[in-house]
Formats: sequence, structure tokens, C-alpha cells
Amino acid sequence: MDVSLRILRFDPERDKEPHFAEYTAEVEPTDRVLDALNYVKWYGDGTVTYRRSCAHGVCGSDAMRINGRNRLACKVLVKDVSQPITLEPLLGFKVLKDLLVDMDPFFALYASVKPYLITSTPPPEKERLQSPEERERFDDTTKCILCAACTGACPPFWSNPQFVGPAALVNAHRFIFDSRDEGAPERLEILGERDGVFRCRTVFNCTESCPRDIQITRAIQQIKRLILYNRV
Amino acid sequence: MYHKYDAIVVGAGGAGLMAAMVMSGSANVAVLSKLYPTRSHTGTAQGGIGAALGNLEEDHWEWHMFDTVKGGDYLADQAAVEVMCQEAIDTVYDLEHMGLPFSRLEDGRIAQRFFGGHTKDYGKAPVHRSCYAADRTGHMILQTLYQQCIKNQVHFFNEFHVLDLLIEDGVCLGVVALEIGTGEIHTFHAKAVLFATGGYGRVYKITSNALTFTGDGVAISYRRGIPFEDPEFFQFHPTGIYKMGILITEAARGEGGVLRNRTGERFMERYTPTLKDLAPRDIVSRAIYTEVREGRGIDGKDYVYLDLTGLPPGAVHEKLPDITDFVHTYLGLDPTKQPIPIQPTAHYAMGGIPTDVDGRVVVDDQNTPMPGFYAAGECACVSVHGANRLGTNSLVDIIVFGRRAGRQILGFLKESELMPLPEGADAAARAEIARLLESSGPEKVADIRRELQEQMEVNASVMRDAAGLKAMRAIIPELRARYLRISLQDTGVRYNTDLTEAIELGYLLDVADAIVAGALAREESRGAHYREDFPKRDDGRFLVHTLAWKDVGGVRLGYKPVSITRFQPQERKY
Repeated sequence: MDVSLRILRFDPERDKEPHFAEYTAEVEPTDRVLDALNYVKWYGDGTVTYRRSCAHGVCGSDAMRINGRNRLACKVLVKDVSQPITLEPLLGFKVLKDLLVDMDPFFALYASVKPYLITSTPPPEKERLQSPEERERFDDTTKCILCAACTGACPPFWSNPQFVGPAALVNAHRFIFDSRDEGAPERLEILGERDGVFRCRTVFNCTESCPRDIQITRAIQQIKRLILYNRV
Repeated sequence: MYHKYDAIVVGAGGAGLMAAMVMSGSANVAVLSKLYPTRSHTGTAQGGIGAALGNLEEDHWEWHMFDTVKGGDYLADQAAVEVMCQEAIDTVYDLEHMGLPFSRLEDGRIAQRFFGGHTKDYGKAPVHRSCYAADRTGHMILQTLYQQCIKNQVHFFNEFHVLDLLIEDGVCLGVVALEIGTGEIHTFHAKAVLFATGGYGRVYKITSNALTFTGDGVAISYRRGIPFEDPEFFQFHPTGIYKMGILITEAARGEGGVLRNRTGERFMERYTPTLKDLAPRDIVSRAIYTEVREGRGIDGKDYVYLDLTGLPPGAVHEKLPDITDFVHTYLGLDPTKQPIPIQPTAHYAMGGIPTDVDGRVVVDDQNTPMPGFYAAGECACVSVHGANRLGTNSLVDIIVFGRRAGRQILGFLKESELMPLPEGADAAARAEIARLLESSGPEKVADIRRELQEQMEVNASVMRDAAGLKAMRAIIPELRARYLRISLQDTGVRYNTDLTEAIELGYLLDVADAIVAGALAREESRGAHYREDFPKRDDGRFLVHTLAWKDVGGVRLGYKPVSITRFQPQERKY
């Protein structure tokens, strides 16, 4: 079937302002929005630019605004969205070309919360033990694919790009609540600062936009409670 | 722009990151990736990493080794498989110590589950060997290694697309890469280069592989005169989502899922009575093809069902959450209530750049290493997978051999000098980019690529014969001629993905050429390479690795012996 798309175009080499361009793609209703976008690029206009890789919601390359909501283009089917399908880049990041935004600041925020296991005790010869219940404690936040759909949906982040944002907080949570990790004090100190976790206004946009269904706002609240009351 | 490093790693998946992590702190290392590292294809691996920890029952690395050798239809180099299966155990603990969130047993140890072809006591029955983190083990490996690289302050060049490998007088001197964001061409001068660039499933139409899995490293090395080992061995995973090719992990069968044809029959019982649905992937994929061909596909079409409805719904949600999500998202089905339509999907390259067990690239049938050039992961052929890889062994491969390559390079850096780079080292890469940008013919990259993928699917996939392969051998030069007459619509310099897709198509054409040449010459059936006109394995003629060299106007083939240490070839039955 023919599907109509409106894509927000911007090439800083040529354009002063972003503008919408309209396209038609021939795809199946059960195809992904990414398939429609690929159709446009491959058989229509080769200058349309976006990131994509795995095409099934795991690599996190193709987060964008689809009809106003942050989604992965490879995880939304054409039949499930109204036409014309409007595609725009994520908000809160510098647009480099069309749907492709600058991800370097996003990964720098991620790195700022020390997203790696911190321990001072030497590891045993075999595995460290962790009960299924302890493992379950941070299971949800291990699912993050760093697509930036959440951070790009966060009003406090839009107004303050220094705010670490929901994605970095999810990844801090993943370690803070891992029974093997001993780095919580240093992470909580970072998160307790001016641009840390308390910039969150509990808008829930992050949770609604997460393509992995992570309960992001809940994880953020758990970090806040840990800092404020030393409990979750 | 010119850069100088001790070592350059190309590719930021599991093998590249593992090697970079090992080298960081001891050497000046940079990692080039055409993506952001966390987008790498390692992240899509689902079911687990195989290691004989024996956490649920008796297990030994020797059993793992036997399964790997037999699974590979005796084409794997046994000395290398021995190294891999021994070190698998230690590397899994290593990953755990780095923080990898494995699923756990009640007593707190790493959980393990069944996987295709993994058995106890040399084939007697399935064994719990796959160490897993729900059904996103690859995701957790990629994340954990990237996190460790952040901790160790590894230097990354993200969105740099590799174009060329610099070799002078038989010594590797660096790489040339395109900075996608600016269009600038960079030369990286280094004592050592490690290719960890992944596979090339995008040469086929139905594939589980990422759009970016286009054989870049293998093709570049092949163009630079290094042989391409065992190109004809490409694995088709039995359970890809119908039409889309998206992977449904073998763990779905490891947890108790079964395959059914249109009559509802659990047909694998007929093909492999001992292991049934947990037979190796090549066998299960052929069984599905056979069922379809004999009219037992669902509704007479080219797919069958993967049935998880017999499993406790709680187990499906707990152990296979991502699969449940994929099936719901892409098919609108609840796998605890409805069977999943599946068909074989192009999944994994057993062949690639020939290396020894330390990641050193070896350039001839005498296994002579090329100083300074290394490869690890799917782009490499050690060979530990032989003619067919067992499930979980790709993750074992990237971790074990990524680590070994990193260690080997550190030693090499100490004893070697940086050789001077000749003038104009980047000239060939610049000329090719200019050609692509200026070419003004009537052809489109997407049309040529689609034709290649469709024809490879028909002529050189699960079932092959001389007629199809010869047809394909005639088609590729036509596609190449068309490739010389393309025109790009985007001729800008910033983020020109029209250009990068054209570059990738060039790599795919080279890869396809070698696959077809290797497959046509190998007049036997072994592992994933099945010739309907030669349905038996022929150890007399073909218990050898293929070496394919790029030659003027085609492919030149040679062979080299297989390392056989503990296990003499036997008939492969399950």
C-alpha cells in the first residue's frame, strides 16, 4: 500500500531553516516505519538522512519523533500510526542533518554517572554470588539501549542540557541497586548535585517514551529516596 | 587528517571492545566504529554464552570441544577449539567480575540452560551449558564491555567508516577511514591494526543481521590480497520471524519450545531423534526447508511454527522477555497462546579473515602471519566454527579471541618499530570516494543491492546446486558492471549515508563473489554448505579449508589442511 510521510528536513550545508517535505512509500501495513523511511531513501530521495542498524529495537539507533512521540522507527508498524506519518528529530539535541542529531553530549552524560561496576574487594576465583531476588532488583534498568528517546522527551532536559537526564539515571540505577556494586556513595554524590536527579519533575514522559518499557520514573524516584532518606 | 597510534581497533562490538579493554592503559589505542559502540551487532545476541561451568550438572570443556567440532562437521581447527572451550570458562567469570548481570540460580551462581548441539558425555543428551542474562545476553556483554572501556578511558572515533587497509612490503601500517559526520578522510598510522568488523548477512534477502552488517573488514582485507577463508560456510538460523528475518533465539527451544508443521507434527523427531528440536542449526534449517518443499509448510507456504504454548507462561515472560516483546510488536501475537510463524534466516558467517589462535592474520596455506594485522570475532576465521557454528559459540569466540588478540598485540608492540608510511597512502580510498560521488550513470544502489540479495537467497543459501551457483556466478559480474554506473543523489560531505550505503554495496559484491566461488568448487555437503547435487560429505577431497583470493576478473581458490587433534571425523548424527 502507499503510505504518506512528512519528514522534517534540515541540511546545514544548504538550508537556513528546517522544512517539511512530503513523500510516498510503497510498503505493507505490517512493515515498520523504518521500512517506509528506507523506501523513501532507497527509491525516492537518497539525501534523506537518519541512523539505523539492527532494525528490531535492540541497537537504539533510530529514535525519532513519530507523529509527535519519541519512538524507534523500527519498532512501530505502519498500520499502527495515522498518516501522513510525521517524522522529526528528537528534541533537546542539536540537529546535524534531517533526523540525525548530535549524540556525543548524550553519551557524555551517560559516562558522567560512572556507569560501570565499582568494587574494592577482589573478585573470587569463580563468580560473585547474587541471589535471583538481588538480580531482580535492577533487572528493569539493565534493558536500556541508550536510544535517548527518554532524555529527548524530558522537559527539564530541554530547558537545561546540563541535567544528566533519564537515560543516565537509568544506568546509574542499574549499578546502585546491583548487590555486587560498591560505588553507590560516589554515584549518589554526583546525582545529588545541582544538575543531578532532583532536576527531575516527575513528568513521566520518559516512561511513556521508553521503547523497552522500562519504568524509568520509578527508577528515578528510587534514587531520590535513597539520597533523601537512605531507603527505597 | 593524519593520526598516529600504537594500535587501531576497527569495530566496537564484543571482540573489538574486549581487545581495546585489554590494551588500554598499556598502549595508545583507538577504536574506530562506523556506529556508536552500543549499536554494534553483538547487542542483538540473545540466548547465551557457552561455557562448561557445570553449575547445574556435570560438564567438561572437552565435551564442549567435542560438540563444537562435531557441530562444525569436523571442519573446525581442533587445536583452536580446544583453546576456546578451555578459556570460555575463565572468560565467563571475567565478564561476571566486570559486572555482567547474568541470570542466577537459587544459590546465587550463574544460571545455565540448554542450547542446540550442546551435549553431555560426547553426545548422550542435552546439557545446561549456555550462561545467560535473560534473552539479552549479547546486549549485556556489549554494555558491560563498553562500560569497562569508559572506565579505562579508551579513545573512540565514532561514526568513522573504514575504507582501506594500508600494507607495505607485507607489513600492515594502518587504515584509512571516512569521518561520516564531515566527509573528511583520515589516515590512522599504527604498528598494529585489529579488524573486529563483524559479518555480512546483508548479502542475503532474509537475514537476522543489522543493515550495517556488510562485510566491510572482510572485503577490505580480501581486496588487499589476503585470502578469505571458508566463504561458502554461512549459517542460516532456523527461527527467524517469517518474512522479516528477525531472530527468535534458540533458547526458545532450549526452554522447551518445539517446531511444528501444518499437520501439527513435531517434525524434528523424525530428523534427529536424540536431540530433536535442539539439533544444530544447519540441520534444523534444512529440515524446515524439506518440510516446506514436501508441502508441510503452514497453509502450504514457506514457513512453519515455533510453538511455545506448551511452556508455563511465567517461564516465557521471565526467561524470554525480549522474544515475547518482538513477537508481540512485529506479529501482534502472544507466544504463550499462539504459535510463531518462522523461517530460516541468514545469520552467521563461519568464514572470514584467516587467523591463528592469537588473532594474527595468516596469509597463505602455510599459515604465515602478516606482521601488524590482526582480526577477531565474526570477521575472522580461526577456525573454531568449521562448517557450522553452534549456538552460544559466537559470544565465546568474540570474548576469548578478542582477549587473546589484545594480549598478543601488546607483546607485538613491545618488539616492533613503527614503519614509515609512504606518501599518498590514502590515494586509493580518496579515488574510490571521488568515483562514487562523481559517477553519473542510471543505476541505483538500492536496486543493485536488492537484486544481489534476492539472487543470493535463491541461488546460494540453504540448499545449493551447480546450476544455481553457476547462474549466480554469471549474475555478479553484471551487478558489478551496474555498480560502476550508479549515481548518488546526495553528493554533500556531511553525513552522506547515500555514499556509505554505496561503499557497503561494494563490500557485499566482493563477499558474494567469494561465497559463490567457494560453494561451487566444494562438491560435497558439510555443515551449513549443502549441495543437492553432492549430498554427502567427502572427507577424501574436502576435509580442507577453502582459501579464496581476489584475482583479476574473479576468484582464485586454494586449500589448507584442517587441524585434527582429539576427534577423528565421524558420521554426524544426532
